[in-house]
Amino acid sequence: MLAFVIRRLIGMVAVLFGVSVLVYIVFILIPGGDPAERMAGKNPLPANVANIRHQWGFDKPFYVQYVRMMEKAGNGVVPGKHGEFDVLRSFDTRQDVVREIKKGIPATMSLCIGAAIIWLFLGIVVGVISAVNAGKALDRVITTLALIGVSMPVFWLGIVMRYFLAEKPAHPLFPDGEYVPLTQDPVQWAYHLVLPWFCLAVLFIGFYGRVLRSNMLDAMNEDYVRTAKSKGLSPGRVLRKHVLRNSLIPLVTLFGLDFAAVLGGGAILTETVFDLKGVGWYAAQSVGSLDLPPIMGVTLYGAFFIVVFSALVDFVYAWLDPRIRPT
Amino acid sequence: MAERLLEVKDLKVQFATEDGIVRAVDGVDFTLDRGEVLGIVGESGSGKSVTSMTILGLTRGTNARFEGEVLYKGQDLITQSESRLRDVRGAEIAMIFQDPMTSLNPVYKVGAQICEAIRAHEDISSRNARQRAVELLRQVGIPNPQQRVDDFPHQFSGGMRQRAMIAMALSCNPDVLIADEPTTALDVTIQAQILELIDKLKDDFDSAVILITHDLGVVAEVADEILVMYAGRVVEHGGKRDIFYDPQHPYTWGLLGSIPRLDRPKPERLHSIQGSPPSLINLPRGCKFRPRCPHAFEKCQEEPALENRVDTKGHLDRCWLTLDQKRRLRETTIAGEAQEVA
Repeated sequence: MLAFVIRRLIGMVAVLFGVSVLVYIVFILIPGGDPAERMAGKNPLPANVANIRHQWGFDKPFYVQYVRMMEKAGNGVVPGKHGEFDVLRSFDTRQDVVREIKKGIPATMSLCIGAAIIWLFLGIVVGVISAVNAGKALDRVITTLALIGVSMPVFWLGIVMRYFLAEKPAHPLFPDGEYVPLTQDPVQWAYHLVLPWFCLAVLFIGFYGRVLRSNMLDAMNEDYVRTAKSKGLSPGRVLRKHVLRNSLIPLVTLFGLDFAAVLGGGAILTETVFDLKGVGWYAAQSVGSLDLPPIMGVTLYGAFFIVVFSALVDFVYAWLDPRIRPT
Repeated sequence: MAERLLEVKDLKVQFATEDGIVRAVDGVDFTLDRGEVLGIVGESGSGKSVTSMTILGLTRGTNARFEGEVLYKGQDLITQSESRLRDVRGAEIAMIFQDPMTSLNPVYKVGAQICEAIRAHEDISSRNARQRAVELLRQVGIPNPQQRVDDFPHQFSGGMRQRAMIAMALSCNPDVLIADEPTTALDVTIQAQILELIDKLKDDFDSAVILITHDLGVVAEVADEILVMYAGRVVEHGGKRDIFYDPQHPYTWGLLGSIPRLDRPKPERLHSIQGSPPSLINLPRGCKFRPRCPHAFEKCQEEPALENRVDTKGHLDRCWLTLDQKRRLRETTIAGEAQEVA
């Protein structure tokens, strides 16, 4: 088991290194155009451009730039006093990228954890109900709703929800966007997040419900379920302990990776629509102004979560399914 | 006389499918007494598994229709409620299945699955249930049951898993054990061990066994009485000696002829019954075996009843051939030498 963990950790570091190189190539090396010229403004003096180029290190070979960039990003993660050029800075606003990402984390975390709880819970409920009633009217209604949920674009749903529930009514049911820190006011925190939570969860509820339904229908035809019935177990126990328990295992992979993706800044649309100044929102802002260091930073930050959660998924998987436990 | 445990009377099971009505079981009768082993023999699709699963109500569903009676100690199980049937399942009539590889849930320990069966029917602490599970595993011949009880199914070999299935089936001391092709998925050497085990435990637990198989060699070992099924019907029914030494139905001859034998000259090829079983949606008119029977004649257009046509009492068959014809024809069929038409 220990060897498995160590192997997995080494793998994680290797993947992150690969991602950082790739991200650097894609966002910094390939885009072309001299960033110094852009930063110097309109009609700059050649000496000015050369100065900026030298200050920011754009005149260094690309591998030196890569190492410096990663060093700076690392400096931002480790707290302490750093000089102006010791941390990764935005080309546009000159802000510390890592600090900006950190500022967004509470809003993103609040959004994602809440939404994940909702989508996991409702996804399982929807899946179980439609599997148990497979082929009946209720199943068809749920299937249709799930299909609608999966097909609705988040930005459209978010705007519609916000307009009709928070903006248009004279006495709105919900507050209009913005994030209230949990430490400041827990009630307002939750109240402000209800709409974004559901908006983000809708897509996943439909999707998870469909996946679980088909897993459960497969499991119901398994020989071990017939064995369980022939033992004289009650239908509820057969469903819970034998059908559902085994059907949930594949859902773990889905959930781990989806959760990591939204946590890693993947909830760009929801955060933007509801003015939640989280990591996804920051990414959207930077994309708008083609500000490359923040985009690279958010991508690396997202990759970190994907890598960590896919390792977690492996561990949970081994715990849930004894057949793949390393011995 | 031994206690009558099970009496199946004119059982019919039909399933409505998109292609039409499947007559999976079409009029099956038999009885089972305590201590008896009844063998049900037939090809795939002959209705033997559906018959056995219907006894436990496992074929119930929106598209299934049942007729006839399954009397367990005089009580009709067909008309019982699901909740009453659950009390019977596992506790009074237990079942083991063909494929031990897939019949145990891979995510639970073997012992836990046996305990689950015990605790479904008895109010007993988990520690006592576990002790019983260990004891049961010992009885079915699992070495080191104290440790093995905490193994997962994938850590057991095929034979051990089937032993564990047997332990689970016997955990509540049932009166009837239904074994549906219990040895089909196992190595030949393990097959004999499992059969011996079932036969021995039947006496230890004082129960009766229904042994379902497509292999006459398997029932030859342990069965007292044999039911030969074809296309949802019983085509021959008799004691083991009757079926092996005085078989009356050409289908039984075909089954007997397809067993390799040491006491006869080796044939070029092992004999097989021509053709395949009929579709249960569109059954042939008259005798259901007619299209495949090398001895069919005009009268077979009409279906023969399951009757006693020989001197031996209780030996029933469904064939129009006269006793003389049968005696003449069957030797060649069983020997696999000729396919002549009577």
